[in-house]
Amino acid sequence: MSATTYVEAIRQGLWEEMVRDPNVFVLGEDVAVYGGAFKVTRGFLDQFGEERVVDMPLSESAIVGASIGAALVGMRPVAEMQFADFISCAFDQITNFAAKCRYRWGASVPLVIRCPSGGGIHGGPFHSQNPEMYFVHTPGLKVVAPSTAYDAKGLIKSAIRDEDPVIYFEHKYLYRRIKEELPDDEFLVPIGKADIKRKGKDISLITYGAMVHNALEAAKVLAQDGIDLEVVDLRTLVPLDKTTVLESVKKTNKVILLHEDVRTGGFAGELAAIITEETFEYLDGPVMRITAPDTPVPFSPPLEEFFLPKTSDIIRVGRHLAIY
Amino acid sequence: MPANVIMPQMGESIFEGTITKWLKNVGDRVERDEVLFEISTDKVDSEIPAPISGVLSEIRFQVGETVEINTVVAIIDDEDGAVSTTNSVDVEPQRSLANEGKASHVQHSKSELSKNQVAPRSSPLVKRMAREEKVDLSNIEGTGLGGRITKQDMLDYLSERNKMVKGARPLVQQAQQEFVSGITSSGDDEVVPMSAMRKTIADHMIASRRTSAHVTTVFEVNMTPIMILRKQLADEFIRKEGIKLSFMPFFIKGVVDSLKEFPVMNASLKGNNIIYRKEINIGIAVALEEGLIVPVIRGAHETGFMSLARTAVDLTNRARQKKLSPDEVQGGTFTITNPGVFGSLLGTPIINQPQVAILCIGTIAKRPVVINDAVVIRSMAYLSLTFDHRLIDGALADYFMSSLKNKLEGWSDSIC
Repeated sequence: MSATTYVEAIRQGLWEEMVRDPNVFVLGEDVAVYGGAFKVTRGFLDQFGEERVVDMPLSESAIVGASIGAALVGMRPVAEMQFADFISCAFDQITNFAAKCRYRWGASVPLVIRCPSGGGIHGGPFHSQNPEMYFVHTPGLKVVAPSTAYDAKGLIKSAIRDEDPVIYFEHKYLYRRIKEELPDDEFLVPIGKADIKRKGKDISLITYGAMVHNALEAAKVLAQDGIDLEVVDLRTLVPLDKTTVLESVKKTNKVILLHEDVRTGGFAGELAAIITEETFEYLDGPVMRITAPDTPVPFSPPLEEFFLPKTSDIIRVGRHLAIY
Repeated sequence: MPANVIMPQMGESIFEGTITKWLKNVGDRVERDEVLFEISTDKVDSEIPAPISGVLSEIRFQVGETVEINTVVAIIDDEDGAVSTTNSVDVEPQRSLANEGKASHVQHSKSELSKNQVAPRSSPLVKRMAREEKVDLSNIEGTGLGGRITKQDMLDYLSERNKMVKGARPLVQQAQQEFVSGITSSGDDEVVPMSAMRKTIADHMIASRRTSAHVTTVFEVNMTPIMILRKQLADEFIRKEGIKLSFMPFFIKGVVDSLKEFPVMNASLKGNNIIYRKEINIGIAVALEEGLIVPVIRGAHETGFMSLARTAVDLTNRARQKKLSPDEVQGGTFTITNPGVFGSLLGTPIINQPQVAILCIGTIAKRPVVINDAVVIRSMAYLSLTFDHRLIDGALADYFMSSLKNKLEGWSDSIC
C-alpha cells in the first residue's frame, strides 16, 4: 500500500462515511461536476449521484443555511467552503443558528463544514487565512485542525459522526506535501484529544495544523544543541484537551505556543492564560508565543515568507527559553 | 556610524559583568578610548573605554545592574547624530535576540528588571521549590540569564544538600561501591561492621574534606613561660580548685583572645554568605577508646581563665565517662585538638564542620633553639592550624597564629 497524501486521506474518510451512512452528503461550490477546487470530491458525483453531491451557488450563507436545514431533519451534511477565507459570509448562519440549536431547542445539528485554510501557497489575503478563532470563540461549535494524513482521515470521520456542528480546518499547504502509510482497517481519531507528536523534556511546544511540521523540524535542530522539545499537536481546538497540555507543561516547565494564525486573539493567548492560571508554579520561564503578525496575509511571496512563523523562529525562541 | 557599547568579556570563563560606575551621562560628549564606565566581574574590576568619539545617546543599564557579556549597555552617536536603536519595542536587552520587527519576543519593562535586582531572580517554579524544600534562595548561585536561579540550579543545589544532610553517606557509599567490589577478604580476615560512632566519624570526616579547602599552617611556640607558670601554680590549683592545672586552659584562653581579634576564624560559610558567630564556643577533642568526641565549652568569649579550666576538666572527664548531654557536643565555633599528649609532633587536622578552622597542639618537648644567636634549650611545641581556604587566606591565618603565639609566649605572671 503506497503512502496516502493528506488530501487523499480526507477524500478517503469522506468517501468511507458516505458509503457507510446514506444520510451523509456533500455540498459546496464546484464539488460535484468539477470534483472540488482541490479535487477532494473527484469521482464522488459518479459514485453517489447528484442528490448526495450538490453544486451550490456562490453563497456560503446559502450553503450553510441549507446544511443546517438538512441537518435538522436528520441528514448529515458535509459543507465545503471553497477557501476558509469565505466562511465569513456564512458567519451568522454558523454562529447564531448552527451553534445555538442545541442550547435553544435541544436540537442536534450534525453538520461538518470543511475549510481549506492556511497560507504558504502565495494565495494572498483572501485565500490564505486561518479564521478558526471566530468559531473557537462561539460556544456550541467544535473546531478541529488535523496536521497529518492519519489525523485528517480519522478526524473527518469523527466529525461526520458527531451530533453537533464541527468546523474542520484542513490546511491546504499540507494537501500534497505530506503523506504517510495509513492502516487498511477503519480507524477514528477522537475529537477533543491532543497528540504528542514528539516526546521531550525541556520545552513544551503546543501547536496545531501545518505548524506541527515546522515544530518537528525545529526539534531536530534543537536536539543538536541538547534541547529536547516536546511537540504537542492539539488536533482539536474546541473542546481543548487541557489535561495533555498541562501535563506537558508540568513536566518541562517551559512553554512555546505556536500557530500560523495572527497574534492578537489567536489561540496562543487563550492557552497562555490557561497555563499561567493553572500551572503558574510550574513555570521556569515566560510563556512564549510564536505567531504571524497582526496583518492580512501578504500577496508578495517574500513578504508572505516573512509573515509566516518559520522553523528558524522556533529554533531561536527555543534556544533563548532553554537558557532563561 | 553610531556605535553600540557592549559589556566586554574580561576572561575566558567570565560571562557577565556588573556596572559599578558611569563616568559620563546621557548627552555628554565622549572621546574614543576615554573611560566611559567601570565594571566588576568575578575575576577583575575594570575601566571600559568608549569605542568611538561622539555623544552618549543612551544608557541602558544602571549602576548595580549585572548583564551578560556582549549585551549592549549604551549607545554613542557619532558626529552625524544618527541614532541607532536595534529595537523599537521595549525588549529586555539582556536577552540578545535579533529583532526582526516581529512581536514574538519577551517583553519586560526596565523597571521590572531593576525591581528584580533586590531578591534573587528566579521563577514561580523555583520559588515554589524553595518554599517546599525550605531553601534560602540567596544560597544558590544562578546560572540563568542575568544570574537567574533556574530549575536546574535548584535541582543541583537540592541534590548537593541532600548529600550533605545525610552526612555525605550517599557520596561515601558511592565511593565505597567503587572500591568495595575491589576489596576482598580471605579466610582468616575478620569482618566487623562499624559502630555507630565510627560510622558518624567516618561520614563527618570525608564530608568535611569534600566541603572545605583544607590548608594547614604550622607555628612553633616557646612554651617555657607557661610551663614555669604552671609549675608555680600547680599545687595552689589543686588545693583551691580540686583539679589539676593542665596546659589546655592556657591554649583555650589564648585562642579565645585571638579569635576576638580575628572573628572570621570563628565564622561559618553558608553558600555565599559568611556567618560571623556572636559566641565563641570552643570544642575540645577528647580521645575515647572507640573513637573521639568533641565537647564544647560554650560562651568562652565571656569566661575567665579559671572557669575555662574548670569546664575543660569537667567536660573531658564526663566525655570519658560517656556522661555528656547532647547540648554539650553541639554549637562549637572553633575546635582544639591535642594529640601532643600521645606524642604527636604536629598534625594536619580535619576541620570540624561547619567551622572554618581547627588548632592542633603538638607535644611539648625540650628542643635546642636559637635565641639572640645562642643555642639554648627551651620547651617548644608545634601548633598546626588547618583552615578553610574558601573563606580564610593564608596571610590571615598566619596573623591569627602569630597573635596566638605572642600571647602564649608572652604570658604574664598571673593567669587572670
